[in-house]
Amino acid sequence: MTTTTLGLPVTKAPAPPVRKPARWATRRIRGIALTTVTWIAVLAFFFPVVWMVFTAFKPESQAATLPPTFAPDLTLDRFQAVFDRGMLPYLINSASASLGSTLLVLALAIPAAYALSVRPVRNVRDPLFFLISTKFMPVAASIIPVYMLLQAVGGLDNITWLTILYVGINLPIAVWMMRSFLAEVPREIIEAAQIDGAGLRTEIFRVVLPIVLPGVAAAGLICFIFAWNEFFLANLLTTQVARTTPPVLGSFVDGRGQFLSVLSAASTIAIVPVVIAGWVAQKQLVRGLAMGAIK
Amino acid sequence: MTTGRRGLAISRALLWPALIVAILLTQIPLVATLYYSFQEWNLLRPGQRGFVGFDNYVKVLSDGSFLSSLGNTVVVTGSAVVGATLLGLLFAVLLDRKFLGQSVARTLMITPFLVMPAAAALIWKWSILDFTYGMANWGLSLVGLPPVAWNTDLPAATVIMVLIWQYTPFAMLILLAGLQSQSREVLEAASVDGAGPLRTFTSMTLPHLRQYVEITVLLATILLLQVFDPVAIMTNGTGGSKTLSYLLYERAFIGLEVGEAAAYGVMTVIVTIIVATVALRTLFKVFSEEGLMNR
Repeated sequence: MTTTTLGLPVTKAPAPPVRKPARWATRRIRGIALTTVTWIAVLAFFFPVVWMVFTAFKPESQAATLPPTFAPDLTLDRFQAVFDRGMLPYLINSASASLGSTLLVLALAIPAAYALSVRPVRNVRDPLFFLISTKFMPVAASIIPVYMLLQAVGGLDNITWLTILYVGINLPIAVWMMRSFLAEVPREIIEAAQIDGAGLRTEIFRVVLPIVLPGVAAAGLICFIFAWNEFFLANLLTTQVARTTPPVLGSFVDGRGQFLSVLSAASTIAIVPVVIAGWVAQKQLVRGLAMGAIK
Repeated sequence: MTTGRRGLAISRALLWPALIVAILLTQIPLVATLYYSFQEWNLLRPGQRGFVGFDNYVKVLSDGSFLSSLGNTVVVTGSAVVGATLLGLLFAVLLDRKFLGQSVARTLMITPFLVMPAAAALIWKWSILDFTYGMANWGLSLVGLPPVAWNTDLPAATVIMVLIWQYTPFAMLILLAGLQSQSREVLEAASVDGAGPLRTFTSMTLPHLRQYVEITVLLATILLLQVFDPVAIMTNGTGGSKTLSYLLYERAFIGLEVGEAAAYGVMTVIVTIIVATVALRTLFKVFSEEGLMNR
């Protein structure tokens, strides 16, 4: 069934040789069938997200029912409940750790990527592979000394330290992605700028950065997403003051009462910023991921 | 271009800040973990700290929980990677075709990758897989099948399901980039020469996709070897879901055995290094074939 997909664009080639009406009709039916199958598969895959958002708008009594309630009394009450339980500070912590670490990462990664592509150092491969190899090491393996150190200096439950650790997590990805984007800048433009006597600063800020701005956005967005969603370090290293959103979500599970719609509301609030940003910047995101992965 | 000594010095100055930060944040803790792993050190008995040679390693290897959680890691990571890659390939082929709403479908498909893993784990556990009110069992009841106690009887499977759901978009994006990098002319030529869609797919598209499949498998393996969030949130390591990262976390932060946990950390790193070496070698091969490293 899937195999016909690759045949189809071919039919759109200019001047198909002989167009027999019967064959054309079969192709069209096949195309419609395939489109239907595709949409069913996509919607089935997307269903958990739809169901979560839908449940968030239900009153608690209609959230966990058998059979499921498909026509509930819609309410914003559960979102109110999430904020009544003090969600806002956690969201602010998440935002500041994600934004702060992303800006720091970009400030370090852009120059480094510049040195690895536009103005190459002698051995490009070693630093590049060193950086990506740090990404291969499980965070769990270095957590013990990090925890001990933070405990010793009073850095537990501190948003600044969490931000710094997120820089370590995202720096390698950002360098790799920026390097691929920078490698696409035509050399002639940079050389022309250098011949015109532009200094390094002009060369970077006036000539190269404007060209790779979409790339910077993509790298920044991906770093932001990873930091916003990070659970392991946030769970271990923060307790109350610097607690971020991911480890807080579990506290909406209530062993005694019904909790499904308040949990869904909290989860919806937690995923909305990143999902919307990801949708809006989809093109850059896809390009960034593909770039980071393939080149 | 400004080459020569001055150019090189500038490039180095651009590169080093990022490298130093990466070393400080990732390498130093690793060395400290190695050091701790040779120490007898329980946080409840701070007075009895001392060098014990390979005792912790002997303990780790003779305990049995290391080997069983290594097995769990292989099963969880392996099934999730294979599942995500196959589903990713299916969706990539479906979405590569032009059809009504193609870009909306792609937007919906990448969403699970953007969803915060903590939220995904909670929603799957309580909203989809819950025994009484979960949508999965309701779906089974519609087709006359008995309900399944996913969370209590099949904890490892629930973790694998969430991981497949979150990583399928990742695989799909890389494979879609692979499909789109195929030369249309070659495909058209094959069709003109009389190759059917099935033939074109198996003898042209699949070989072309091979390296993209390899990259997908490698990156997903490396990312998923460290998996922690769904284990901690959904199962607490019960029923064959206790992966290496979770075991280490349990020893260090529940058992407070710093030395022993550090030894687990080192062992985890060794396992990862073995996988990552294979990964890096293949990545590098892809690089050299594309001539990207020589520019």
